[in-house]
Amino acid sequence: MTTAPAPRPGGPLLLGIRHHGPGSARAVRAALDAAAPKVVLIEGPPEGDALLALAADEAMRPPVALLAHAVDDPGRAAFWPLAAFSPEWIAIRWALAHGVPARFIDLPAAHSLALAQQDEAQQDEAQQDGAREDQAGEDRAREGGAGERDAPSAPEAPHGPEGAALRVDPLAVLAEAAGYDDPERWWEDAVEHRSPGAEADPFAPFEGVAEAMGALREEYGDGGRTRDRVREAHMRLQLRAARREFKEYGDEAVAVVCGAWHVPALREKTTVTADRALIKGVPKLKADITWVPWTHRRLARHSGYGAGIDSPGWYGHLFDAPDRPVERWLTKVAGLLREEDRPVSSAHVIEAVRLAETLATVRGRPLAGLTETVDAVRAVMCEGSDVPLALIRDRLIVGDVLGEVPDTAPAVPLQRDLTRLQRSLRLTPQAMEREVDLDLRKENDAAKSALLHRLRLLGVGWGEPAAGRSGTGTFRETWRLCWEPELSVRVAEAGVWGTTVLSAATANAESRARAATTLAEVTELAERCLPAGLPDALPAVLRALADRAALDADVGRLAGALPALARSLRYGDVRSTDTGALGDVATGLVERICVGLPPACAGLDADGAAEMRRHVDHVHTAVGLLTDGRDPGPAERWEAVLRKLAERDTVPGVIRGRAARLLLDDGRLAQDRAARLMGLALSPGTPPPDAAAWIEGFVGGASGGGMLLVHDERLLGLIDTWLTAVAPGSFTDVLPLLRRTFSGYEPGVRRTLGELIRRGGDGGSGSGSGGGAARAGTAAVPGFGPGLDTARADAVMPVLALILGTDEDPGAQRPEAQDRGALVEVTA
Amino acid sequence: MTVPGTTAQQPTESTADALLRPHAEDAFADELTALALADDRQRPVGWRLSPWAVATYLLGGTLPDGTVITPKYVGPRRIVEVAVTTLATDRALLLLGVPGTAKTWVSEHLAAAVSGDSTLLVQGTAGTPEEAIRYGWNYARLLAHGPSRDALVPSPVMRAMSDGMTARVEELTRIPADVQDSLITILSEKTLPVPELGQEVQAVRGFNLIATANDRDRGVNDLSSALRRRFNTVVLPLPATPEAEVGIVSRRVDQLGRALDLPGGPEGIDEIRRVVTVFRELRDGVTTDGRTKLKSPSGALSTAEAISVVTNGLALAAHFGDGVLRPGDVAAGILGAVVRDPAADRVIWQEYVETVVRERDGWKDFYRACREVSA
Repeated sequence: MTTAPAPRPGGPLLLGIRHHGPGSARAVRAALDAAAPKVVLIEGPPEGDALLALAADEAMRPPVALLAHAVDDPGRAAFWPLAAFSPEWIAIRWALAHGVPARFIDLPAAHSLALAQQDEAQQDEAQQDGAREDQAGEDRAREGGAGERDAPSAPEAPHGPEGAALRVDPLAVLAEAAGYDDPERWWEDAVEHRSPGAEADPFAPFEGVAEAMGALREEYGDGGRTRDRVREAHMRLQLRAARREFKEYGDEAVAVVCGAWHVPALREKTTVTADRALIKGVPKLKADITWVPWTHRRLARHSGYGAGIDSPGWYGHLFDAPDRPVERWLTKVAGLLREEDRPVSSAHVIEAVRLAETLATVRGRPLAGLTETVDAVRAVMCEGSDVPLALIRDRLIVGDVLGEVPDTAPAVPLQRDLTRLQRSLRLTPQAMEREVDLDLRKENDAAKSALLHRLRLLGVGWGEPAAGRSGTGTFRETWRLCWEPELSVRVAEAGVWGTTVLSAATANAESRARAATTLAEVTELAERCLPAGLPDALPAVLRALADRAALDADVGRLAGALPALARSLRYGDVRSTDTGALGDVATGLVERICVGLPPACAGLDADGAAEMRRHVDHVHTAVGLLTDGRDPGPAERWEAVLRKLAERDTVPGVIRGRAARLLLDDGRLAQDRAARLMGLALSPGTPPPDAAAWIEGFVGGASGGGMLLVHDERLLGLIDTWLTAVAPGSFTDVLPLLRRTFSGYEPGVRRTLGELIRRGGDGGSGSGSGGGAARAGTAAVPGFGPGLDTARADAVMPVLALILGTDEDPGAQRPEAQDRGALVEVTA
Repeated sequence: MTVPGTTAQQPTESTADALLRPHAEDAFADELTALALADDRQRPVGWRLSPWAVATYLLGGTLPDGTVITPKYVGPRRIVEVAVTTLATDRALLLLGVPGTAKTWVSEHLAAAVSGDSTLLVQGTAGTPEEAIRYGWNYARLLAHGPSRDALVPSPVMRAMSDGMTARVEELTRIPADVQDSLITILSEKTLPVPELGQEVQAVRGFNLIATANDRDRGVNDLSSALRRRFNTVVLPLPATPEAEVGIVSRRVDQLGRALDLPGGPEGIDEIRRVVTVFRELRDGVTTDGRTKLKSPSGALSTAEAISVVTNGLALAAHFGDGVLRPGDVAAGILGAVVRDPAADRVIWQEYVETVVRERDGWKDFYRACREVSA
């Protein structure tokens, strides 16, 4: 210990570190090895002391996080993530391996969580509570550099007497003094890139940093972090206690691993009373703590509870690589690119190493860092393109390392939250399968439904939706519930997403939306988010949806996505969710379909045409749902598209016919115009298979096409005329198509049609050949006889009178009853 | 040079001022001298300046003695650093970018700063022969005296090799593939064999090569992977901000307009801004507010094209309109620039018009004009 040139000779070993700094981690290990302390004190929540032994467990694999949460409100939580290259983790493992007690000395989570709660209460009116969940965790976790932000406090809100005083970023000040524009980079150059061994004295780096921090704190005080005073007071008290306890070994036997920012404060000479006074009166709540698995992605700044480091994968590599980190790293990159089928040779690696090192020299850095290697990889291996670089960033620089936590770790708060919800909703988990009917108009039932939907999103398949009894009603849901033991494991796994069912489901949905690659995936997700009641996840999902829709060039997929959206809208309406944004996205989708559909309909084969016809049907229905009581703009544009489809010759017959039919049904196409279109489609020049396809599109399917023919005999006459004119050779070609078309009709409709045809044939037989005569008959409406059959008409009169109520004649009713069938036929 | 037919006639001092466009090393001779004096860092063998000084020459700065170095390239520092560093390694430098991103400009200034000579240039075309990269023969001499070193006509690349200079190849991808590949030996073995004489020319230290290529029409003559491996690639980006691009476009349009005697006033700036916005949005595939994603058409939509659209619109307005640049004047030009592939691009354009242009405040006229021209 005499080698450590501490300013207070014989004082405790204060190791000021940068959280998650691999260089700091190496230095800490070297310093601990050299000093061999009898107790290691670590900055962290003391509640975690009991769980420290788990760190030595075989099944414990970093990255992991200490998660503290309020017992009665699992949503109030804070995370202390630790990666394999975190100095704190190294210190814990060192202590466990050497049989030395390790202790956390930061302010207990019970206090920091309570302080966060207090702060929020104060700012409630000023700030929306959207980001309330996990705010404490985010803040605490984000403390990046040597200096850190205080744990539980809102990011932007100034508090304390210094109100407007800016928080000082100690690293930025030091970096600026050294002429660096990027503080992270300065720290890397000044501290992280020194490999141990180059320094003869393992304590020297800590001395340098401590001195610099001391100078900074002299100038800036607490740098605007008022809360730090309390924390540091607590740390000092703990340090004193440890020194007393290990008095027989001397002060040197106590090592402290904490953020470099706190080192000067721990050296400060204060009285016990003063420190006690600072801590006194700090609010407290009941907190629980456990280990949860963590991922590299979550350590990265841009996702969730960032830990303030952009490049955990790179740091992990720096820490793991025994030597030549740049060469090893670039070899790893080359390996990844090869896996992705990019030809990368060893020559590429050699050149990249050279470029990175020369770049470092030009930039005046001691060793090539991440920036240099990325530049080199881009120029040498990726041909200047950023696309493969994105892959490298995702897979290597951030990396997808997943931590593991032994089963013996205490239950995650998500499980507690679920238990609480189960109790309050009176939905007890039972192993026996049972069905539950939910009436969504009731508050309790709606909450149950939301819970089940959320759990489903999280992969906890407690309830599966069953086919409802009520059929088409949208306010009823039927669930089949069955709690199996492994679901508890699922809940534990889902614990990485959040501490409450709501926040976990929201985080899960957001992450899925980001990861989704196809439009259908996102629409399905949107459809699931609505019943799950995840308003906070919806913006992310909708954004992903809009993005996918904008980039998807396949109209078929766009059209496939629309019905689900329209359904969601309708569903949202039932649950009085705000679906305005969803409506906008759906309208945007309709616009894109309107633009893309006409060109997409050209040059299709029979199968393609049939599929496109289904799309046209779906979009039509969806547009109807969308424009219900909204801006009629999309409906008008859709109508224009249908018109275009109906009239364009290059469009396959089945789609043309369908478009004409949809327009006719909506009353957007006059009957005679429809007849004209049919006439054009069935004119002699058209190849018979095309014409038959048109007929299928127009009257095919179970959508009431048959009834249309029954009612509009002019159309029937047109078909009849065309069919009788088809040459015998072609007839066999069109027969299967027609059979398919007409076999879809209900038997009653088919029979009526047959009767009509027969009658039409009878009427026409006098004047010419086939059904064409129906048109030829001068006075006759097609399908009707030439004159008026007065006897039959008279027989109808009494019934008509009865229906219209003009003449009371009850006696006349009964004798005419048997004629009603005919009446329906004639008057319909 | 004693060999007739070479283009590297050095301009004499007396003619330098009269030149329409002097070479970079002549135009900025003062700055290069000042940099060389102030530069105390290590210079790679054969270099006139250290890599740091070359980067400063391109990006601008102020020297300790107060000399102001004007910025030659406005863009990310990182790119220039990678480019300069590449020249110091033994890989060649390939500058990629859409037309109008100052590739040639950067390559000229790099060569001027590194070797003090930017004239060792091979212009790539579809008809560039192998002689332009390796060597040719002076046939009169060849017939009179037989094959000898004197009958050889060296290419700029060959001269750069023997003198340890920086050679430049413009539009590398336009050169036929077999001719391109003659660079492979030069770049990997740093030697140029002359089998006719049983000799070779070995590159002197300091030799390197800068090639430029247009990355939108890579397909013209894509580099073989063997050749590509010899290059470090640096992509020169388009202007980073809309303001910068609007500035470039209006300045160029102003210059062009004066040359063509087109009347043009400041009232056109809104239209220029609009053209730049449309181009940027379609190029980037996202609207300026970052809210909506868009499909990108197949055309390059470079700043150079925006300039030509605006110039065109000005000509329309001057000769057939009221002299003021209006939406109708640029709409047709934009359509022409965007829709290169009649099937796919038209859909992209219509989507853009219907989903973005229609909704935007103050773009009603433009929307109408677009509908008119694309109907």
